[in-house]
Amino acid sequence: MSTKNYIKIKNLSKSFGDVEVLKNINLEVEEGEFFSLLGPSGCGKTTLLRILAGFEYPSEGEVFFDDANVTSLPPNLRPSNMVFQNYAIFPHINVQRNIEFGLRKENLSKAEMGERVENALKMVQLEGYENRYSNQLSGGQRQRIALARALVKQPKVLLLDEPLGALDKKLREEMQIELRNLQKSLGITFIFVTHDQEEAMTMSDRIAVMDEGNILQVSPPREIYHNPKNKFVSQFIGNINILDADLKSIANDIISISVDGFGLMQLKNHQNIIESDQVNIAIRPEEINISKVSDSKYDCNFKGKVKNISFYGESTYFYIQLDNSEKILMVSTNESKETFSENDSCFVNFNSTNLKIIKD
Amino acid sequence: MYNKNNTLFIYCVFYFAFLYIPVLLLPIFSFNDSFHMVFPLKGFTFDWYIQMWNKSRLHQALFNSIKVGIIASVVSTFIALFAAKAFTRYKVKFHGLSYGAILLPFIIPEIIIAVALIVIWTSMGLKLGLIPVTISHILFCTPFCMLILISRMEGFDKSLEEASMDLGENSFWTFWRVTFPLLLPGIIASLLLAFVISFDEFILAFFLSSSDQTLPIYMWSQLRFPKKFPHILALGAIIIIVTSLIVMTAYWLRNLGQGKKKDFSIGI
Repeated sequence: MSTKNYIKIKNLSKSFGDVEVLKNINLEVEEGEFFSLLGPSGCGKTTLLRILAGFEYPSEGEVFFDDANVTSLPPNLRPSNMVFQNYAIFPHINVQRNIEFGLRKENLSKAEMGERVENALKMVQLEGYENRYSNQLSGGQRQRIALARALVKQPKVLLLDEPLGALDKKLREEMQIELRNLQKSLGITFIFVTHDQEEAMTMSDRIAVMDEGNILQVSPPREIYHNPKNKFVSQFIGNINILDADLKSIANDIISISVDGFGLMQLKNHQNIIESDQVNIAIRPEEINISKVSDSKYDCNFKGKVKNISFYGESTYFYIQLDNSEKILMVSTNESKETFSENDSCFVNFNSTNLKIIKD
Repeated sequence: MYNKNNTLFIYCVFYFAFLYIPVLLLPIFSFNDSFHMVFPLKGFTFDWYIQMWNKSRLHQALFNSIKVGIIASVVSTFIALFAAKAFTRYKVKFHGLSYGAILLPFIIPEIIIAVALIVIWTSMGLKLGLIPVTISHILFCTPFCMLILISRMEGFDKSLEEASMDLGENSFWTFWRVTFPLLLPGIIASLLLAFVISFDEFILAFFLSSSDQTLPIYMWSQLRFPKKFPHILALGAIIIIVTSLIVMTAYWLRNLGQGKKKDFSIGI
């Protein structure tokens, strides 16, 4: 993959009236990258996408496509195309003419036009649907037509606004893989807006996690999962146990910290924590083991009681009340720990290297 | 649910009888072989229809009304189209005020508009006639057209226009390729309704038309002569049928495609 930054967003802010929906956004997206904007509703991700598309103009800051300043360029003059959340298939014309819609200015012959449309339909596996109208298509089919209509323009950037949101789970998962494959084979930049963290994790090269108009972290999925920069990111991506902690001192890169339920611990300072930081301790449920007796393989063992067990098929979640804390710890395992039942005493064990120190 | 003894049912019967029986008398007497509109009916005749056909002043009045109606409906629909676009798609300054200003002719009595226009028109030294009638009809029809078009405009999804922009069309082409075809049933409904309103309109035309009579003014002028009365009945019968057809077409068109509205806007 090339490492050229195709999209650059510099010091971008956007306000609607008194409400600041984007606060000083700086972002660079590489050419050919599958980039997701992930966040809860109202975090500004859709506004950011609409600014990239040209439907909204930033209050401050600039947007560059391939080093050209496009900040004030209207949508029809940008090398980007969009797949709308509700697909926006024109209801008064059929599929064929929907897909041809954006090709008017290319002065193609009838045969060339037909070929382009055919290829686009083949790409989304809807050959033979040329004469259908929007109301004769299912949600998934509309979604594919919207995709074909945008891709037939051969855009440099494809902007997708929660395109899978209206589909059912099974179809959504199929489309995730299809979209990812399509993006890889075409090699164009995808900017994908979603509030679904799993969707972002499975598809993206990199994810920008957003909240309240700020970008909190931009990293590949694994990095975001294993090294979330703050509490919000850690909780938004996957399940995690967050424990209150009180930072005592830092000396020679070793942090002394008092953790709710675990007591005083010594941890290595990986994240340049300073003494004035407000921090929490976090650990993923799958990084904790559950056993009948304490296990010396792990350097941390704590006694507790099984409160609840949730069986999900491929994994089982145990909710464990620690003996010396109010805290209920989530533990997940994909082994069949059938020996445990609710209200059993147990031990939770883990290695202190798996504990993450997370800023508030 | 209600049986025939129900007072509501009786009320309904009287209500509709009161509304429509006088109107139905027109076509009935238009075939009656007598100058006087009294029962019992004398005999069946087509004479009044033939007589009507031969009146050249009636032809002129009809032609005037059609001319005024077409111009008024086209211009007011045109104005209403852009006003509707502005009110539904953009943040209009003083939204409530300007919306109210356009809808004002709804509540201002026609006679006030008529008097105001006659004062302005004559004080500018211009001659009364079909031109001020047309202008006043445009003023009067625009609110109706705007209400039809606003409801149509609100019925379709803004992202369709955005999709068109995104696919490379500027706002002009977006209008012609997306907005206009989707609004077309509403536009036709607006044209038809405005035409009927203008065609029926009496007060404004009475004050402003001078010697260029429109059809309602012609009919009024003929009422004074008993011998000319029956052919007005014949004319009235025809107008009732034609305008009902036009209005029904307008409503049918306005609602056309609105049943499919859900398909235009999935997932909002």
